[in-house]
Amino acid sequence: MNSANYLYLSALLFTIGAVGVVVRRNAIVVFMCVELMLNAANLSFVTFSRINGNLDGQVVAFFTMVVAACEVVVGLAIIVTIYRSRRSASVDDANLLKR
Amino acid sequence: MTSNLIVYLIAIPLFSSAVLLLSGRKANKWGHLLGTLASASSFGVGGYLFTQMLAQPAEERALTQKLFSWINVGSFNVDASLLLDQLSICFVLLITGVGTLIHIYSISYMSHDLDRRRFFAYLNLFIAAMLLLVLGDSYLNLYVGWEGVGLASYLLIGFWNQKPTYATAAKKAFVMNRVGDLGLSLAIMIAFASMGTVSFAGIEEAAPKASTTTLTAIGIMLLIAAAGKSAQFPLQAWLGDAMAGPTPVSALIHAATMVTAGVYLITRSNFIFDAAPTAQLLVVIVGAITLLFGAVVGTAKDDIKKALAASTMSQIGYMILAAGLGPVGYAFAIMHLLTHGFFKAGMFLGAGSVMHGMNDEVNMRKYGALRKFMPITFITFGLGYLAIIGVPPFAGFYSKDMIIETALNAGGIKGILLGSAALFGAGLTAFYMTRVMILTFTGTKRWDDEAHPHESPILMWLPMAILAIGSVASGFLFTRGDALVHWLEPVVAPHEHGEHSELLPPIVVSGLALTIVLIGISIAVMMYVRRPVADVAPENVSALTRIVRQDLLQDVANEAIFMRPGQALTKTLITVDEKVIDGVVHGVGAIAIGSGSELRKTQTGYVRSYSALILVGAAAIVLGIWVITQ
Repeated sequence: MNSANYLYLSALLFTIGAVGVVVRRNAIVVFMCVELMLNAANLSFVTFSRINGNLDGQVVAFFTMVVAACEVVVGLAIIVTIYRSRRSASVDDANLLKR
Repeated sequence: MTSNLIVYLIAIPLFSSAVLLLSGRKANKWGHLLGTLASASSFGVGGYLFTQMLAQPAEERALTQKLFSWINVGSFNVDASLLLDQLSICFVLLITGVGTLIHIYSISYMSHDLDRRRFFAYLNLFIAAMLLLVLGDSYLNLYVGWEGVGLASYLLIGFWNQKPTYATAAKKAFVMNRVGDLGLSLAIMIAFASMGTVSFAGIEEAAPKASTTTLTAIGIMLLIAAAGKSAQFPLQAWLGDAMAGPTPVSALIHAATMVTAGVYLITRSNFIFDAAPTAQLLVVIVGAITLLFGAVVGTAKDDIKKALAASTMSQIGYMILAAGLGPVGYAFAIMHLLTHGFFKAGMFLGAGSVMHGMNDEVNMRKYGALRKFMPITFITFGLGYLAIIGVPPFAGFYSKDMIIETALNAGGIKGILLGSAALFGAGLTAFYMTRVMILTFTGTKRWDDEAHPHESPILMWLPMAILAIGSVASGFLFTRGDALVHWLEPVVAPHEHGEHSELLPPIVVSGLALTIVLIGISIAVMMYVRRPVADVAPENVSALTRIVRQDLLQDVANEAIFMRPGQALTKTLITVDEKVIDGVVHGVGAIAIGSGSELRKTQTGYVRSYSALILVGAAAIVLGIWVITQ
């Protein structure tokens, strides 16, 4: 199968994730979209790894997964805390810095 | 030769001044006594040093004392050193001697003043500064004293500064003196730049090698300095207003000592002026103009102190004229300075005594017939009067006659012009001084009934009497065997004997001078004895009289030439500052604020918009890279 197809899929996933981040208000959904973008990038890394015939891309993909796991832990903790204090998971309500 | 005593001349009054200023009200009871004692001790030290000098042969009389190394930068070394030579000692004895007499006088004169202690502190400060001025061995040391006397003069003119006009007079004197001070500092800078030294000895050594242009520049700057301090044309306008100070101040500072500092400066700088004929010519011209200027102003003054101030200006004009005549004149300038110190201080104290008895009235038209009520003041003032107009054998006759004679013998048209100016000035002097005498002491009484003229107490008339003795005898003593001329010879360059031709024999000059003096007296007698004197100044007078009453328009001229353009310049600069410079500063601020508030609008506070911006930015960068690499 043509490797380019994986890249098209990756671009598609990234775009879906990016649009989700920009248009959705629910913090959990935004967060999931961020994860989608990360995994789109992972798919690209793995694809390039295969095209180039070495393991560099695979290694970077593993690093990205570790970083994503950390991010999920911290990000979810923040979202839960904000939800507890403000009774809302909307990202538009968390605009205190502007005031 | 060195002497460790010289510093005490300055230190004693300086210390006393500090004590009086710092000890506050506690010292009110004995402050005046300490002040007088300090001045008298300084006089004692001066007298002792004088006897020491007398014991030495003429060439070794100069005493020096190094206090400390003041400035030590590379090749520029200035020591704080004192030099007591034949010229300085004349001043030291005059300053401390007349100063002590005036301290004694002030004890009584200022006895009703609540601030008498402060007055004596300032007087002591003045004595110390003036002594430093004449004892410094370099222009820089002299400069310290020069500024010190300026400060003391300012403080004392404005001593009664609760009156705004008096405070203004003090400021006027200070500002006009600053103009002169600028001349002195420039002279010091030029001397240092061209010769690398500022000491009298160093410059005297370097002067023959220096170019005439440099020496002329230094000379002119020194002349400006002398004009400022000595109230010479064109910086003369402050002296009349300086009479706002208490009368003893006028006697000490604005008649006998400080205002003669300019004469000292020129005489001390003889090595510069002798090598710079242009500067010397300017000195003579300034002296001649001022001697006539002061005399003319004096003829129209009804304020007794201002009449005497105008006279002071005129007499210093004589001294400057003599000092500008070169080696033949220096000694006569100093001689006239010393005799003037006696008779003018005496007359000022006499004026103070009259004011003391007349409820501080200064208008001579409100005096009259005071001879009977104040016999001692009349006699002492009268002796000073005879001295200043130059009647033999009083002091002024000897000193002024010498100056007139030297001026006449200056050679050519210059000699004739200067001689006639000096002779005419002598006539005017006789006229206005006779006028002062007649208006004050003779004629009918013109004072109000509240005034109760009475003779002053002994503490006041005793100094007047001593100064009167000086006015009688000093001229004779100084000229006996040319004593003063020979005494000063080592300092002011050797006397050139018989080199100058004599335009007229001395006896003829004296006769001429006396005739002119007699004419002056007769005109005054005709105007003020034969005709009744009005107790207010007549209004219907000629335009000339009106101009003279306004001090020959000196203030009008200064205001038109310096004050108004200065104010206009200041206003322009303020406008430029407010509109242009402040405009730029405020503009920069406004740009920052405006652009900030515009950019602020992009900060919505919504995470979504930030992420969208990041996305767009990242996409733009990727696109940019792609476009470039294609």
